[in-house]
Amino acid sequence: MSEETAVDGADAPAEEAVVVTETMFGVPVLHSGGQVVLHPTREGYPGLLRDLHEDGFHSAVDLCGVDFLTHPGRDLPAGVTAERFEVVVNLINHRNRSRVRVRLQVPEGDPVVPSATSLYPGLDAPERETFDMFGIAFDGHPDLTRILMPEDWIGHPLRKDYDIGRIPVQFKEAPAVRR
Amino acid sequence: MSNETHASGGLLESGLEGLQHNFLTGSLEYLVKWARRHSVMPATFGLACCAIEMMAAGGPHYDLARYGMEVFRASPRQADLMIVAGRVSQKMAPVLRQIYDQMMEPKWVISMGVCASSGGMFNNYAIVQGVDQIVPVDVYAPGCPPSPETLMHAILTLHHKIEHGELMRRPGQGAGIVIEQLGIDGPVPVSLGRS
Amino acid sequence: MTVTHDPAAARTSEGAQELTSRDIVSAIERLHELGAVLRLSEAGALEAERDRTPDDETMIINMGPQHPSTHGVLRLMLELQGETVLRCKPVIGYLHTGMEKTGEQLSYLQGPTNVTRMDYASPLFTELAFSMTVEQLLGIEVPERAVWIRMLMTEMNRISSHLLFMATNGMDLGAVSMMLYGWREREETLRFLQEVTGLRMNHNYIRPGGVAADLPDGWRDGVLRLLDMLPGRLAEYDTLLNGQPIWRERLQGVGVITTEECLALGITGPILRSTGYSWDLRRDMPYLAYDEVEFDVVVGSYGDAFDRYAIRLAEIHESMRIVRQCLERMPAGDYRIQDKKVTPPPRARIDESMEALIHHFKIFTEGFKVPEGEAYVAIESPRGELGCYIVSDGSANPYRMHVRAPSFINLQSLPHLMHGGLVADAVAIISSVDPILGEVDR
Repeated sequence: MSEETAVDGADAPAEEAVVVTETMFGVPVLHSGGQVVLHPTREGYPGLLRDLHEDGFHSAVDLCGVDFLTHPGRDLPAGVTAERFEVVVNLINHRNRSRVRVRLQVPEGDPVVPSATSLYPGLDAPERETFDMFGIAFDGHPDLTRILMPEDWIGHPLRKDYDIGRIPVQFKEAPAVRR
Repeated sequence: MSNETHASGGLLESGLEGLQHNFLTGSLEYLVKWARRHSVMPATFGLACCAIEMMAAGGPHYDLARYGMEVFRASPRQADLMIVAGRVSQKMAPVLRQIYDQMMEPKWVISMGVCASSGGMFNNYAIVQGVDQIVPVDVYAPGCPPSPETLMHAILTLHHKIEHGELMRRPGQGAGIVIEQLGIDGPVPVSLGRS
Repeated sequence: MTVTHDPAAARTSEGAQELTSRDIVSAIERLHELGAVLRLSEAGALEAERDRTPDDETMIINMGPQHPSTHGVLRLMLELQGETVLRCKPVIGYLHTGMEKTGEQLSYLQGPTNVTRMDYASPLFTELAFSMTVEQLLGIEVPERAVWIRMLMTEMNRISSHLLFMATNGMDLGAVSMMLYGWREREETLRFLQEVTGLRMNHNYIRPGGVAADLPDGWRDGVLRLLDMLPGRLAEYDTLLNGQPIWRERLQGVGVITTEECLALGITGPILRSTGYSWDLRRDMPYLAYDEVEFDVVVGSYGDAFDRYAIRLAEIHESMRIVRQCLERMPAGDYRIQDKKVTPPPRARIDESMEALIHHFKIFTEGFKVPEGEAYVAIESPRGELGCYIVSDGSANPYRMHVRAPSFINLQSLPHLMHGGLVADAVAIISSVDPILGEVDR
């Protein structure tokens, strides 16, 4: 199921750990729907992207953010602490026809992530969108301004504590928020 | 074109019954309204999906050219009808108002689609809940998107409104419609207007 | 080792054989130092204009957001030196609808109604990406007939989207009669789509679990009518446009981009294929039943606007081939998975069975619950790679729904395509990129 390319980091030694975390490129790995999902730390993120780029993942497909404020308990490999925000990067390798996903945990108090635009210029606009919608700043981005909302908008709309902004409508029986 | 008889309502019927007016002595108001109704020039304000249906209405199947309206004027100064086709976001709202202000009087607005009429299925922070919050609207065309036939019905309604409405009507004075609502103590007149 | 530009090699079924990081890296450096992107905010541009002295040779002008030549509400800030475009900045957000936030409030069954309005020229594709992502999260497989119906409908939608491109491309370049011809053909395609889905646009037809309704009786006649009519009309476009000197001069050599730049920017679809790089998700990472049908991937050689136009014209032919094979090989069976928890029961059964009634009620009011997890599925839309990323928390609404819109990423190529060109070519370039602002802004 997993297309293992050159593995830099070996699996954690079985004698020591109770839980064996599978690693690839030195970071923990989960498999989701046939795709490899890597979980680096913020410090290891630029290095991981460089490794992936060397390995043939020349094209960045997408970058988005997720706010886990109302869903803190989620599936993560051992050793990865869950934070409020996540930055998810999808990359593609045309030679192997494979995809990889990188999930980066971003804490609420310090939402800064190194920018990937020096390596993948195509992530310029998605990083701006993530900044606009979530408030996650990208260190090293050439032009980090709002892209979808007006430039003087206050607030980051896709955060879970930002209200959807519904106006009341005539049929009051329908609740504003479906649960 | 002479000796054309028209049974125009209101002005003529009340006073001079049975008088056959020919084209040359028809009332000026009627002439002006007739001319305006037949030479409506739409301005391009296609925003989203409704813009595609608006273009389809200009296409050969649904042919707006039968009304002389197939050429959408790019400059608002040259247009008198603004068809707001699509959802108006917060960022677009000032632009919409600016384009509307640039149009010369007389001008009309058709709000095409549910997103323009009321915010549509997007009842959230990003979409203005109805362009009538920004510009005064004459005809609302519902649908998501309204098929070109619905748009043409809206245009025909507008034509009827131009031809039979008040000449010197300025948007902002209200439609002047008074309806009666049944209250507890009896009928209560409710006046609908437009601000 | 270089990225192969050999047209013959690019057209082989194996596609581009070699890929090197060295050329990509130099392309990235070139993109950064070329400085084609204007990094100024709107306030900054106003200030720059205010402080401009008469000796300055460059000026910043604004094109849009309301402009007859842009495909929707796209605003371009162009830095001009005379008639030459030096740098440019696309400003978007004028159609931002908060669809991703709205998606979190709607159930999975209502999801397609929301995402279908993103790319309103090819709505079935976004519905398909969303439905496939939900099905991957659910871990279900749709029946074979549903797969083939989806393929048939999406290829029909590709035809109608490319016809829309033909029409608007023609009109933007001044060939207004092309606009009328394109719409004439598109209406026939929309007629078939209306017969099957009930709507001309924004169909909400492809739903998680299959499709909303089976193909109606007599659908084969509808398809055959289209397949008989289209080739002659497409030959007309060929005669009208391809050999015409004005068309060629306006499009050839205009808006050139190289393969490495495309790959570095993440650009996919006809723009990437026009550079000679043969990458099409339908063939290279097949989904639905694309590995069982025969079709060619059309590739250009020069990376200019003419190639992009010619690719889309040829892709209509390829889509017709696929439609013909769907017509011949449509299997019998269910049009949606018969899983009571996911798809509603047939209407007739609601009268008979209390259980069916309750399931129908629960699916339409509460929605079906999707197990926890996250998934990303991508398909090949007429504009490029269209993907949907959903994070589920086990409830009936998506926790986070993100759509990777191809036009959003492709718009990043605009500064690089326009750099050094004329203002008059700006319109041709935007038109050849074929953005749909609904999916750019979401």
